Amino acid sequence: MKLDRPDDRGRFGDYGGRFAPETLMPALDELERAFEKAWSDPAFVQRYHDLLTSYVGRPTPQHIAGRLSEQLGVTVILKREDLAHTGAHKINNAMGQGLLVGEMGKRRLIAETGAGQHGVATATAAAYFGLECAIYMGEKDIERQRLNVYRMRLLGAEVIPVTSGAGTLKDATNEAMREWVRSVEYTHYTIGSVVGPHPFPWIVREFQKVIGEESIVQLGGTLPDVVVACVGGGSNAAGMFYPYLDLGIDLVGVEAGGLGIETGKHGASIGAGSPGVLHGSRTYMLQDADGQVIEAHSVSAGLDYPGVGPEHSYFADQGMARYESVTDAEALDAVDLLARTEGIIPAIESAHAIAWVARERASLAGKTVLVNLSGRGDKDVEQIAQIRGLL
Amino acid sequence: MSADRLRELFATVRAEGRTAFLPFMTAGLPDPELSPSVFRAIEGADAFEVGIPYSDPLMDGPTIQAAGQTALKAGTTLDRGLAIAGGVAETTGKPVIIMTYANVIFQVGSERFAAKAADVGASAVIVADLPIDEAGPIQAAVEAVGLGMVLFVAPTTDERRVAQIVAADPVFVYGVAELGVTGERKESGGHAARLSERVRALSKVPLVMGVGISTPEQASAMRPLADGVIVGSALVRAVLDAPDTDTALRDLALISRRIADALR
Ligand SMILES: Cc1ncc(COP(=O)(O)O)c(C=O)c1O
Repeated sequence: MKLDRPDDRGRFGDYGGRFAPETLMPALDELERAFEKAWSDPAFVQRYHDLLTSYVGRPTPQHIAGRLSEQLGVTVILKREDLAHTGAHKINNAMGQGLLVGEMGKRRLIAETGAGQHGVATATAAAYFGLECAIYMGEKDIERQRLNVYRMRLLGAEVIPVTSGAGTLKDATNEAMREWVRSVEYTHYTIGSVVGPHPFPWIVREFQKVIGEESIVQLGGTLPDVVVACVGGGSNAAGMFYPYLDLGIDLVGVEAGGLGIETGKHGASIGAGSPGVLHGSRTYMLQDADGQVIEAHSVSAGLDYPGVGPEHSYFADQGMARYESVTDAEALDAVDLLARTEGIIPAIESAHAIAWVARERASLAGKTVLVNLSGRGDKDVEQIAQIRGLL
Repeated sequence: MSADRLRELFATVRAEGRTAFLPFMTAGLPDPELSPSVFRAIEGADAFEVGIPYSDPLMDGPTIQAAGQTALKAGTTLDRGLAIAGGVAETTGKPVIIMTYANVIFQVGSERFAAKAADVGASAVIVADLPIDEAGPIQAAVEAVGLGMVLFVAPTTDERRVAQIVAADPVFVYGVAELGVTGERKESGGHAARLSERVRALSKVPLVMGVGISTPEQASAMRPLADGVIVGSALVRAVLDAPDTDTALRDLALISRRIADALR
């Protein structure tokens, strides 16, 4: 059953909670109180929606992908988060948290980023609200998502390379949390997905559910058979799924299959992981028998993460949504497919959702499938060109 | 063997009017074979904090992160780490406190973890990412086998939480002396005095300060404020930086002796 909010211990069923150093606990309490107050204040909610309309460019379009549908024999509807300001759904959350920080009187934003989209969104919010900004990004991701590094710097943010671990999203999240422990008195941690200690998973889902709410209105009374979204931490999927829960619709989250689940090189936390504690909440994660975290792998920096939001773990256990995966190769093929049939270059993250529909077209034949196109692919063009030997 | 050993220690240091020295060292550093000699090289310890390495230690700075990575790469598992801790308890006769992260415990299960820790003769457990709000099940499991639970108070902890934390009756309160994660610092944020005042106003529970205490001077400054002092990164760095094992052991002996002397 759909939960409006986690219980008073920050849990969605068995998942979530607050496994954080004591230093952060008062800040998490403060954030929870500030969000509760703001989110039940019609004036705050109005300001948030006004900002989404006037600045972010919402509502984002939703339309049938005609040539793609014809080619697959499946009616594919695209929700175009790629057309939101800065090029991905991440901006919905970053602007929401930016607005909230105004209520708490902190002067600095920090964030982790994988693909760089959340980093760009946070840097944008910081510029918009006049706040200082530091973004933690793994070294490997700085390399493969360079365009977004330049964008963050143009926006006035400091980009701090993280060299620990594999130099990807998990490591950037560790480092952002450590920095928050140091600077919590004047800094807000603008977490980028539905992960982290309570109340973050709840706040980020609330700021992203506008995706699904708009989508339902835009469908004008008809409902799709299947709703599909890619899952890294799970924020675009949570925002899209939330209003579609409990309606008997097949909700499918697509995790990173990487080089194939059987190779162990993937990011399928739900599909191939087990419950544990990562980044402050209890959730499905990739780990060994001693509870050590196993590095994820994905061609897409945004899905290259060994955990997932706790609410998705709850959905998975309850059978409210199911979680599948596609490989790096399938995702890259789907970039081409969407580019050539629709004239849309998707982020490789978002291409995972398209790839699943393409692979499953036989079982989906004749159905209507709504895909959340979480972001655009400009940031990935250089990486794709490199992979294909074009650079 | 049990939490009583630690309680006796704090009763003794209070009677003697001194502050205990609790060195921290990562188990399995530089590797599981050499690790026991590293612990044996530490001088003047009243009790030992033995770190079971974790891949993603959120409360640790670069030094202890690097130590954990080295120990894990060298094959330090939970069982080997606990065996090393047990060896420390046996050879030194001092109380041993196991420090780790929540996921390491959850993966084996709280009860099984507690039983294993008790088996090797540990006295208490510290879990860096386990605030009181989540501590219940682990604390119950640990106390059921006669071990003590350590709970944190940070400079940011508000009065309501301090009251809640001391009421949970930890074997000692770990006072987080600085904002931020573990690691050496030149300058102190000056939070320790106020923290000590706030804990002592509410309770007689032993208070041990840690985080950012690395030099004999910094340790000595804690004498009026705490029943014990934890020093980690400075000792761990001595092992990481040393060109060979003999140097590591010699440096470790020297640094630990100076800190212990500063606390006499
Ligand atoms: C375009 C895009 N989609 C999806 C994701 C994955 O995040 P989430 O699962 O939180 O939506 C990212 C993350 O960087 C992204 O940039």
